[in-house]
Amino acid sequence: MGKIPVLSAFQRVFHFYYDGFRTMSWWGKRIWIILLIKLFLIFAVLRLFFFPDFLKSKFDSEEQRSEYVLEQLINSPEYYD
Amino acid sequence: MIENVDLSLVDWSRAQFALTAIYHWFFVPLTLGLSFLIAFMETIYVRTGDERWKRLTRFWMTLFGINFAIGVATGIILEFEFGTNWSNYSWFVGDIFGAPLAIEGILAFFIESTFIAVMFFGWGKVGKKFHLLSTWLVAIGASLSALWILVANAWMENPVGMIFNPETARNEMVSFWAVLFNEVAVGKFIHTISSGFVLASMFVIGVSSWFLIKKREEFLATRSILIAAIFGLLASVTLIYTGDTSARTLAKVQPMKFAAFEALYDGKDNAGLVAIGVLKNSGEKIDEKEVSDFVFKFEIPGFLSVMTGGSRDTFVPGIRDLVSGNSERGIMSVAEKIERGKYAGAVLAEYKKAREQNDHAKVEELKMKFMDTVFRDEYFRYFGYSFLKSPSDAIPSVPVAFYSFHIMVMLGFFFVLVFALSLFFLFRGTLIGNRWFLWVALFSIPLPYIAGELGWVVAEMGRQPWIIQDLMPVSAAVSNIKAGSVIVTFILFAVLFTALLVAEISIMVRQIKKGPKH
Repeated sequence: MGKIPVLSAFQRVFHFYYDGFRTMSWWGKRIWIILLIKLFLIFAVLRLFFFPDFLKSKFDSEEQRSEYVLEQLINSPEYYD
Repeated sequence: MIENVDLSLVDWSRAQFALTAIYHWFFVPLTLGLSFLIAFMETIYVRTGDERWKRLTRFWMTLFGINFAIGVATGIILEFEFGTNWSNYSWFVGDIFGAPLAIEGILAFFIESTFIAVMFFGWGKVGKKFHLLSTWLVAIGASLSALWILVANAWMENPVGMIFNPETARNEMVSFWAVLFNEVAVGKFIHTISSGFVLASMFVIGVSSWFLIKKREEFLATRSILIAAIFGLLASVTLIYTGDTSARTLAKVQPMKFAAFEALYDGKDNAGLVAIGVLKNSGEKIDEKEVSDFVFKFEIPGFLSVMTGGSRDTFVPGIRDLVSGNSERGIMSVAEKIERGKYAGAVLAEYKKAREQNDHAKVEELKMKFMDTVFRDEYFRYFGYSFLKSPSDAIPSVPVAFYSFHIMVMLGFFFVLVFALSLFFLFRGTLIGNRWFLWVALFSIPLPYIAGELGWVVAEMGRQPWIIQDLMPVSAAVSNIKAGSVIVTFILFAVLFTALLVAEISIMVRQIKKGPKH
């Protein structure tokens, strides 16, 4: 008995979104197509192939990454004198 | 090592970030402002029950939806760029950036997936008051979302509330409230969202003017102009006020940027504010940097001193004072800051060496030094200067800062005039008859976009060479990757964003021509 209201609430939310998308206007449909293409390009193309996380791709551990950045920050040989 | 970083890599990485940020900012301010205008309009509909206000609200909501959907997620690319192109910076800032951006992400997700859906799908399906509440929550949520980004950006201009941990090579947040209520963040937030309100108000007035020129939708157009002009006027006055208060903050935390805005080379009491001016190359140089001079200028006597310190007696330091130092005024030279930065770097190098040699006592001793307030305030705060090759490297491009700032300010006053005239003509009942004004309003739509972008140019170019004020220059922040790969993605972004912008404009123009639903 207790599950029925939860299911009912879920169904109402589902129908709210379903009806919203189904009865969408011309501009809404056009916008969704653009949105999906954009998200695909951003996350599936740009992120995967062009924007690897530089430090994560070069080093396995946090220690190695911090060591590398520390090395980068200490840029002048005179520091070692 | 950083000294081997190819300058073209730094330039291309900066160009790519600038391109992404500029395009992102085409979409954001209209979302920020239009959401509030829609909320005002819907409030009137709910209070009066007049269906014409509902129709009007839904029309602007359509344009809001187009702009929101096209612009959404364009900002995420900036985060990709941090990880790929600016990895030293990303690591160095630690959780200072992570915390605000995470809050922004969660907030944006909840708003976008729930209340925006109610805004668009909820007409007739949820109660009027709940729908109105959703619209208001979208408006408030959009501004709150911007708050976190601006807090992160303000920290780069005035790094506070953190301690650098040499063990992790990261800055660690020690006071969330210091970061949130950073004096730059407060002013920047109000100034930036106000600029979005002004932009959206100009957009609504411009589009409504088009309807009046075409003798269409008189009720929609005049009522929209009324709401937008009141909102825009209040926002533009706030914009000018926060611009003024920001000047005081900038003079304190970024005096070089402040001097560059005004092309002020020699500091003085009773310094005048240049209202309009044209620069030329003076032929002089500070080290390798060319010094600009005025071909002509119109100056308000003493006003810069008043803006900075509240009185004409306030000394405003010029670029030469800041580079060479001015002991009378207690201004440290860049050369001295370089020395202090190098000392901080030497301590860091010593720490690293001790760690490599497993000298635990030395490691602990040096680690404690980074906790010491004197070392932090007197030396490590100038760490970024250790990367400068010459004191003149601390000077940003004066013509870029000067012109961007002054054009932005002039446009700001022009917007006040447009809003005031809109209300004047509306209340006199002569708005429709003054077709010249309707044309001016229509062709003014791009101007707040230009002003907003120039505002970012002032903020970001004006604080060069720093990515984090005094702590890290852009040359030290960049990843050691190939410039070629940055060029490829720069071109990809240029194509993608231009396509999105063209799509936005074409769909919007089509919907505007179509007008509201009957």
